Amino acid sequence: MPSVRVAGVGLTPFGEHPDRTTRDLFAEAGIEAMSDAEVRADAVDAVYFGNFVGELADGQGHHGPLVAESLGVSAPATRFESACASSGVAVRHAVRAVECGDADVVVVGGAERMTHVGTDEATAMLATAADAIHEVSAGVTFPGAYALMADAYFETYGGSRRDLAHVAVKNHGHALENEYAQFQFEVSVDDVLEAPTVASPLGLLDACPVTDGASALVLVSDEYARDADVEAAVEVTGSGQASDTLALQDRETLSRTPATERAAAEAYRDAGIEAADIDLVEVHDCFTCAEVFALEALGLYDPGEAITAAREGETWRDGQLPVNCSGGLKAKGHPVGATGASQVVEMTRLLRGDHPNSDYVSEASTGVTHSAGGTVASTTVHVLEVAR
Amino acid sequence: MSERETASRTHDEFCRAIETGDPFYLACPDGHGSVPPRRVCPECGAQSLTVEALPETGRVQAATVVHVATSAFADSAPYVTAIADFGPVSLTGVVAETDPEAVEHGTDVTLAIQRTDERKRPTLVFEPR
Repeated sequence: MPSVRVAGVGLTPFGEHPDRTTRDLFAEAGIEAMSDAEVRADAVDAVYFGNFVGELADGQGHHGPLVAESLGVSAPATRFESACASSGVAVRHAVRAVECGDADVVVVGGAERMTHVGTDEATAMLATAADAIHEVSAGVTFPGAYALMADAYFETYGGSRRDLAHVAVKNHGHALENEYAQFQFEVSVDDVLEAPTVASPLGLLDACPVTDGASALVLVSDEYARDADVEAAVEVTGSGQASDTLALQDRETLSRTPATERAAAEAYRDAGIEAADIDLVEVHDCFTCAEVFALEALGLYDPGEAITAAREGETWRDGQLPVNCSGGLKAKGHPVGATGASQVVEMTRLLRGDHPNSDYVSEASTGVTHSAGGTVASTTVHVLEVAR
Repeated sequence: MSERETASRTHDEFCRAIETGDPFYLACPDGHGSVPPRRVCPECGAQSLTVEALPETGRVQAATVVHVATSAFADSAPYVTAIADFGPVSLTGVVAETDPEAVEHGTDVTLAIQRTDERKRPTLVFEPR
């Protein structure tokens, strides 16, 4: 099976771009990735694009061909929609396309545009990731769904809002020097605890922001990288994907995320690694509690143990397991459809040494990215390694 | 077409049954519970589902006070959304309670349905006992 290399990466600054279009945001990230990979448009075999609410936010469906066109690429193009995991799933399929020999060069990424609609409409759009019949009709918002999980976690394992606040403090700290991050400022534990409540126990600073932005990667086969003499120091060695029931009420437990456990098992098996081999991770921290759920489901902490990780300094960039050195969704921002691929972009930059936080993780050779849709009803896990 | 005992029910029928005081759930031969719309048991895939009486009382498993709501619920905010365990199934509903902070884990609740013009679908309501 051909191995898969990351030949190029691109991002737009994450933040507010209300006057731009989704296609233009993706064009910026995609052109940067293709330039980084030194790949020409006619060499691209496929375009995989993640986007969640294009119809609702832009009045535009059918974004696949539209974004390929924006890059000057005429290859087959497909949009992937899996809520907040949309481009995580797109990366997963791009990896598989290269591995099975269907493609040598794939441009994959995502984009979202949401800041122009206002809080009410954004809340309603994000809520469509939940079950419309069983959850949205009972007043469940996206923060509300994660709040139910946090409430159940506290009941099962203990922990406090203060513990969660440390996750926000850490991720804001990590984003300070990231030129692509939406929030390049620090917050204190008190800031987080005193912020207005969105859905108890989660406050405004426990939540990621509403964000516009795009991400893109050029994934190539080992053979293409060699023949084209492309420098591609990072390899995607493992990929996993799993699903769960959409509605929380149908799950055996609310305090764990078994879909991530299954996706991680597949990705680790694919890469031939164990959780103990992982040097750093980028996880889907749409809310502070989500980082805790992810670290436990990825096997990096036992259930009930990750809640104190940030407070103890273990997951800071200079800790034993750096988590979300990019700033995470929490501080870097969460342009929903762009997020999954942006984690792979950031992990690539961290591993190849051109991220502002690379110096903190200079010994790292194995990184894992984790993308989650809804309340982890869709999830992907990818293993990235510095190619030997 | 093969013969099946699938007790296909709509979600609207599920809500109306609550209103008439005859709430039900769907059960597969192995006893897994689910609520409509279902054609197969989500747990084991069995296609033979029967209609069974739903226990009258559930117990709150998890709850949140929602302050930032969608427009359909804006007039009710802050309100409590909870997941309650009714035995064979768990359900998600809005707790009818004047003091949102008073809702605790283990609170016993019964079911009701609320219909408003602002909301596309009926709202499942948990009434504390």
